[in-house]
Amino acid sequence: MSIGHTLLGLLEAGPRHGYDLKRAFDENFGHDRPLAYGQVYSTMSRLLKNGLVEVDGIESGGGPDRKRYAITDAGITDVAHWLSEPEKPEPYLHSTLYTKVVLALLTGRSASGLLDTQRAEHLRLMRILTQRKRKGDLADQLVCDHALFHLEADLRWLELTSARLDQLAREVRR
Amino acid sequence: MTPAGSLLVATGLCKAYGTTKALDDAAFSIHPGEVVAVMGPSGSGKSTLLHCLAGIVAPDAGTVTYDGRDLTALGDAERSALRRSQFGFVFQFGQLVPELTCVENVALPLRLAGVRRKEAEATALGWMERLQVEDVGAKRPGEVSGGQGQRVAVARALVTRPRVVFADEPTGALDSLNGELVMQLLTEAARAASAAVVLVTHETRVAAYSDREIVVRDGRSRDMERAI
Repeated sequence: MSIGHTLLGLLEAGPRHGYDLKRAFDENFGHDRPLAYGQVYSTMSRLLKNGLVEVDGIESGGGPDRKRYAITDAGITDVAHWLSEPEKPEPYLHSTLYTKVVLALLTGRSASGLLDTQRAEHLRLMRILTQRKRKGDLADQLVCDHALFHLEADLRWLELTSARLDQLAREVRR
Repeated sequence: MTPAGSLLVATGLCKAYGTTKALDDAAFSIHPGEVVAVMGPSGSGKSTLLHCLAGIVAPDAGTVTYDGRDLTALGDAERSALRRSQFGFVFQFGQLVPELTCVENVALPLRLAGVRRKEAEATALGWMERLQVEDVGAKRPGEVSGGQGQRVAVARALVTRPRVVFADEPTGALDSLNGELVMQLLTEAARAASAAVVLVTHETRVAAYSDREIVVRDGRSRDMERAI
């Protein structure tokens, strides 16, 4: 999963401090793996350097200064591009896809379009593997079948998620 | 979808059963020799779409054009004649006549078209060889396995050399291995005969034998080639 794109997507709703970003990330995506503070700040400094975010304000207090980050137009374009590009089909892709679906819902983009794009990409690879299987020997067939069963499982998840988008949208926008 | 050069084209199809909308502005097209999978959740309207395309069910609105002829404007008798001569059908199960032998079942569409018994059964046996079921020709459907029975049904669907084969969940009652064999032989035989195949399935591994995929949701169709 791309932490940078995820944090950018979370910033689209409005400027946030690093601490708020970490909390939003953990609430939505970090159930079994919360994000380390160090990773938030190193990612934000990279995004700053690349012009995808800017510092919206600095609060001085008793402790260290707290920077508030805002997404730039280039950042919004970058998120949109990431969400619209299908992921390379491979096993255990679900966490990246789940993140993309949630971000699409949070940022008002088409989550069903994203799922359809991914579905088409999966089926494209399944066609290639089926072709290879038809022409190959038994070993090829068994190797291709293993990949096909995994891709099929992904597709079933995509279909089920499609059917539950309204429910998920209500949950993530609470 | 690019209907140019298409053999079968449907636009604006609507069909309701009572207050339930089965199709709501659905569209479809298929080229000669192309295999198109029609997918979608249960109750999404995919079987209704197949029935409208095959002229079995008349849509409430929209048109179905086969080879330049408007199916919806034809009378029942004309439509039936067109179905018999141009279309072949494979269903999930229950399509073979139990009293006839397998070779008689495959020859049946030719016999109904007036072909003599000997010639019809010789042609039927040729198709059964392609589908690797020539050895069950003398058996009745109740005496063969599910996979063999389905391959006999595919041979029967292809025996009249139809230009379009409609297959509604053709592997739905089979295990994975037999399902794969049916799909492999069905698509190979159809491609060799330049027949288009409209394949309704809910299994993505079966859909992977197609060239293109249409997804039907809530009675609306979407061409997935356009999704990328």
